[in-house]
Amino acid sequence: MATPLVVSEVFKSFTMHLRDGIKLPVVNDVNFSVAAGECVVLGGPSGIGKSSILKMLYGNYAVDAGQILVNHQDRIVDIAKADPRTIIDVRRQTMGYVSQFLRTVPRVAAIDVVAEPLVARGIEAAIAKENAAELLSRLNLPRELWSLPPSTFSGGEQQRVNIARGFITSHRILLLDEPTASLDATNRRVVVEMIAAKKEEGVAMLGIFHDEEVREAVADRILDVSAFSPRKAIAA
Amino acid sequence: MSDNPLLKVSGVSKFYGSRIGCKDVNFELWPGEVLAIVGESGSGKTTLLNCISTRLLPTAGSVEYRMRDGNFRDLYHMSEAERRFLMRTDWGFVHQNPADGLRMTVSAGANVGERLMAVGDRHYGKIRETATDWLGRVEISADRIDDQPRAFSGGMRQRLQIARNLVTGPRLVFMDEPTGGLDVSVQARLLDLVRGLVNDLGLAAIVVTHDLAVARLLSHRMMVMKDGFVIEHGLTDRVLDDPREPYTQLLVSSILQV
Amino acid sequence: MSADLATYNFAYLDEQTKRMIRRAILKAISIPGYQVPFASREMPMPYGWGTGGVQVTASIIGPEDVLKVIDQGADDTTNAVSIRAFFQKVADVAVTTHTKDATIIQTRHRIPEAKLTEGQVLVYQVPIPEPLRFLEPRETETRKMHALEEYGLMHVKLYEDIAINGRISKTYAYPVKVDGRYVMDPSPTPKFDNPKMHMSDALQLFGAGREKRIYAVPPHTDVVSLDFEDYPFEIQTFEQDCALCGAHGVYLDEVVLDDKGGRMFVCSDTDHCEDRREHGHVGAMLAPNQEAAE
Repeated sequence: MATPLVVSEVFKSFTMHLRDGIKLPVVNDVNFSVAAGECVVLGGPSGIGKSSILKMLYGNYAVDAGQILVNHQDRIVDIAKADPRTIIDVRRQTMGYVSQFLRTVPRVAAIDVVAEPLVARGIEAAIAKENAAELLSRLNLPRELWSLPPSTFSGGEQQRVNIARGFITSHRILLLDEPTASLDATNRRVVVEMIAAKKEEGVAMLGIFHDEEVREAVADRILDVSAFSPRKAIAA
Repeated sequence: MSDNPLLKVSGVSKFYGSRIGCKDVNFELWPGEVLAIVGESGSGKTTLLNCISTRLLPTAGSVEYRMRDGNFRDLYHMSEAERRFLMRTDWGFVHQNPADGLRMTVSAGANVGERLMAVGDRHYGKIRETATDWLGRVEISADRIDDQPRAFSGGMRQRLQIARNLVTGPRLVFMDEPTGGLDVSVQARLLDLVRGLVNDLGLAAIVVTHDLAVARLLSHRMMVMKDGFVIEHGLTDRVLDDPREPYTQLLVSSILQV
Repeated sequence: MSADLATYNFAYLDEQTKRMIRRAILKAISIPGYQVPFASREMPMPYGWGTGGVQVTASIIGPEDVLKVIDQGADDTTNAVSIRAFFQKVADVAVTTHTKDATIIQTRHRIPEAKLTEGQVLVYQVPIPEPLRFLEPRETETRKMHALEEYGLMHVKLYEDIAINGRISKTYAYPVKVDGRYVMDPSPTPKFDNPKMHMSDALQLFGAGREKRIYAVPPHTDVVSLDFEDYPFEIQTFEQDCALCGAHGVYLDEVVLDDKGGRMFVCSDTDHCEDRREHGHVGAMLAPNQEAAE
C-alpha cells in the first residue's frame, strides 16, 4: 500500500500586500511522510509554522513550491496543485481535520454537526446519528446538549463536538490541531484512546499537541519543525 | 464525483460601451458544487451572474450547459423558447429582492405551484400538496399557503422565493445576494436552510455576495472580482485563509470580527 | 340638408381603412386565437361602447347583410339600439332582432341561445383582449408568452380561484385555448357561452378598439376552456326556468321587481324568449295561475 501522506520540498511564505508587500517566509524545504497506522507529532516552539503545515496539507494555505502527495482512493493527489473540486473530494473521503476551534453553523444541532461528514459520504442519516451519539457520549458531552447548536457551548464542549466530528469518519488521514487543548484530564484520556484506536485501524495521523502527557501517549515520532524554519536557514 | 461539469464558462466579457462590466471570465462548475462570486459593489459580479444565467447577453464568450440528456448546449445559441424553458425547469434564480422573483399579488401556494403548472401539471390537489410540502421545507407553516407574499416578512418572502425556484428540482440555482437586506438572525436561518437544501438536493449553485461569511458558509469555491476582472479564484477556505491578491487581503482583513 | 355637404362613405369607414382591417381579420382567421394588432380608428362613440366591434362590423358588412346587435343578450338596450341605428344610418342595411335572420350579429358579451349557422358572423366587442394582462402587465412579456406558448400563468389564476373560493369562481371572460395553440380571452361573455364557441358553424370575430387588437375563431375550431383535472370546467346552472317563457338550461338575468325583495329570472337572450313565447311557451310569471310562481 502506498504511503498515505508524503510531503516533499514544500516552501511557504506570506506576502503581506497591506504592509508594503513584505514577504514573511513560513517554512522552507519541508520533507516528511506519515505511514499508515502512525501518529507523527509536529514539535518546536510556537510560531515556527506547525499550524501552517497542517493548513497547507488540508488545502487552506497555498504553497509556493513542492508537493503534498495524498493517497486518495488508490491514486496519488498533489494537494499543492489540485483543483478545488479534488481537494473537496479528498477532504470528504480521505483526509479529516480536527481544529482547535469549531466553525459553528447557525441552528445546526451538535449531533448533526457530528453526523454531517458521514451524511456527506452518503450514509443514511439515522445511522450517522447513531454513530454521532456514540462518540458524543464517549466524550462525555451531556446528552441535553446534543440537540442544541454548539455556538453557545463552552470551549471544551465545542472542542469535543469538533473531535467527534473529526473522528466519526473512516478517513485514512487525520490532521489534529491541538484537539485536547481545552479538555479536562478524563476527556484527554478518551481522546488518547480514540487516537490509539485509529492507529489500530491504520489511519495516518499528523498532529500538534502542546500537552506533554498526551504527546508522549500518542506520538510514534516527533518531527521538529524548527528544521524547516527559514530563520534557521538564514542564520546558518 | 461526476466526470463532466454542468457548466462551462469561457471568455465571457460584457462591455457597457467602453466601460467593462466583466472581462474574460472562465470557469467550470460541477454538479453539487457551490461557487461564490464576491467583490464590492460595481465589481461586475452581478453582471457576470446575469450573463451566465442568460438574463443579459455578453459581448463575447460562451457558456455551455450540460442538458439532462448529457449533451452540452451553448446557451447563447439556444432559441429563446428553450432558454426560458430551461430557466423555469432546470434552473432557479433567487433575487436579492424577493419582490423581483415572486408574484406579490398571488398566494404563496400559487407562487410555488406556478412552475409546476408551467410544465403542464393540471391537478389542483397534487399541485397544492407539492406546494404545501415545499412551504414546509422552507419553514413556512402550511396555514399560510393562501396568503399573499405581501403579508410575509422579508425572511419569509425570501424563503418562499427559494421554494418557488426549487419545486421543479432544478440542477443549477443562481442567487444574487440572497441574504442582502435581511437582519442577522433571519440571515442565519436562511443560510442554514439554503445550505441544507443545497446539500440534500445536490444542487449546483452560483451565489453572488459581498458578504464573505456567506461565502464561507455556503460555497466550496470562490471567485473574487474587482473592476470586472476575476482577480482570485480557488477553494473558499484557501482564498479566505491565505488570500494572495492585495485586494483580497484587504477584503478579508476588513471583515468585522465578532 | 344640402347635397354638396360631405357624406359618409358606406359603413362610415373609408375604403382604405376597411381594407386594412380586413387584412387584419384575414390574418386573425388564419391564426386562430392570435391577437392581430390593427390601426384602430377614432369612431363617433367613446371607447368602451364597442368601437372595436363596430370597426370589424363596418369592414365586413355589405348592402345585402342583415344586422343584429345585442347587449347582454338584449336587442333593446341603449348600446344595441345605438349601434343598430348607427349602421342603419351609415350603411342603410337591414336590421333584425331575430338571430336566425341575421348574417352579422354584433354582441356585447352574449352568444345567442339559438345555434348559429354556417355563413353567420358573430362580432364581439372586446374591452381587454389580453387574457394574461392582469397577471403580467408588460405587453412585451405577454407577447413573448403567447409566442412561446408559456401559459402556466393562466392556471395560476384558476388556482387562486380554487384556493380562495373552493372552486373556479370565474364566471365570465373565462380563458380558452383555441385550436390547441393560443390562449384567448373570449371577451366578458359569461362562461355559460364558452361551449357554444367550440366547433361553432359561424365565424367569430373579436374587435378591441381601445387596445387595437383583432382576433378570430374560424368555424369548426376547437375552443377548450382551461381547467384542472380535479376541478373540471363547468358552466353555470340555474335552478329556475325563465319566468316569461319557461325555458330551461338557458342563461337567465335577474330582474328586481319591487323594493320588497321581489324578483324574477328571465332569459338574457330577448329574441330567444320572444320566439318561445310566440310559439306558445309560457313561464310561471305569465301563467294564468299565479300560484305557480311561488
